[in-house]
Amino acid sequence: MSNGWLIVAMMAVTFIPRYLPFALAGRIRLPALLVKALSYVPIAILTAIVTLNSVVRENQIQLDLDNHHLIAAVVAALVAYFSRRMGLTVVVGLFVFAALTWWPSVV
Amino acid sequence: MASYRENLKAFASGAWDSLPVIVAAVPFGILYGALAVAGGLSETLTMAMSLLVFAGSSQFIAVTLMTAAVAAPVIVFTVFIVNLRHMLYSATLMTQMQNYPQWVRLPLAFWLTDETFAVINNKLNQSPSDRYFVWYYFGSAVAMYSNWQLCTWVGFNMGQGIPDLGSWGLEVAMVVAFVGIVVTSLHRPSHWLCAGVAVVCAVVTRDWPHQTGLLVSGILAILAGLLVDWTMGEESENV
Repeated sequence: MSNGWLIVAMMAVTFIPRYLPFALAGRIRLPALLVKALSYVPIAILTAIVTLNSVVRENQIQLDLDNHHLIAAVVAALVAYFSRRMGLTVVVGLFVFAALTWWPSVV
Repeated sequence: MASYRENLKAFASGAWDSLPVIVAAVPFGILYGALAVAGGLSETLTMAMSLLVFAGSSQFIAVTLMTAAVAAPVIVFTVFIVNLRHMLYSATLMTQMQNYPQWVRLPLAFWLTDETFAVINNKLNQSPSDRYFVWYYFGSAVAMYSNWQLCTWVGFNMGQGIPDLGSWGLEVAMVVAFVGIVVTSLHRPSHWLCAGVAVVCAVVTRDWPHQTGLLVSGILAILAGLLVDWTMGEESENV
């Protein structure tokens, strides 16, 4: 297979799963159970992605104060829970991370 | 005229809300370009992959496999597996898409990524029947896409001259944005259990190849949420 065809094949296998449900929207009705299941997709997948970039670092579980990603995530979770504000959550989370990483003499 | 302005406003707001996840994607785009150079891929091939495939983790894996001269069908199948979770994203957005023509759905589907899904899903939680939702989606998608092309190009052409961006930990911007999105959408006990199961499963399956652990963790977390709904019934939904 030439590289050109390889790209076309890769495009097909990434595009089709993204497009198929969109293409069928309005044409088929999903069963109620599936609709309910899909309502959990954002929480389920995004939480897993966050975990793999905070609790887990470079494929190892890292539960200590050197894990700045984890500390930033926990602080962000608290800010989000109490303030319900996205912008504030991101700014405080990034600030905590930056302070821990580039200002180590303070902590 | 008024609607044109509203569309543009929604587009800009989609792009703006994507800023944290775009920043987080910068080192990955540059690293992808740099890896492609190191692996001996041509600039055309490297850019074509970003322009036509547009799937960060798949492109990484594809470059690694191509460099190692792995057979093409294996590469294609691996890319397919890595991206399968996008089908869940797409299915989640079906209701929003049913009123738009296919020519609108087509580019939006092509541009569906973890990042854009997180941002637009958050928008839907805040304002479920937003008339300008599709423009907001376009804004997020076009911003992500342009940034990805630019970073790929920079990585390919100047990757060697840039200090190791991977070690800056910029993905923290995505982490805190996703945390904000998830935490503000935890309304019921079933949501909390779903998130808890996702954490545990993601940790347990962290070594699984090609992001299969991510997909399986997601599915188990969804089932955990459903289980709470079944056992607690409608009650839990009104909390």
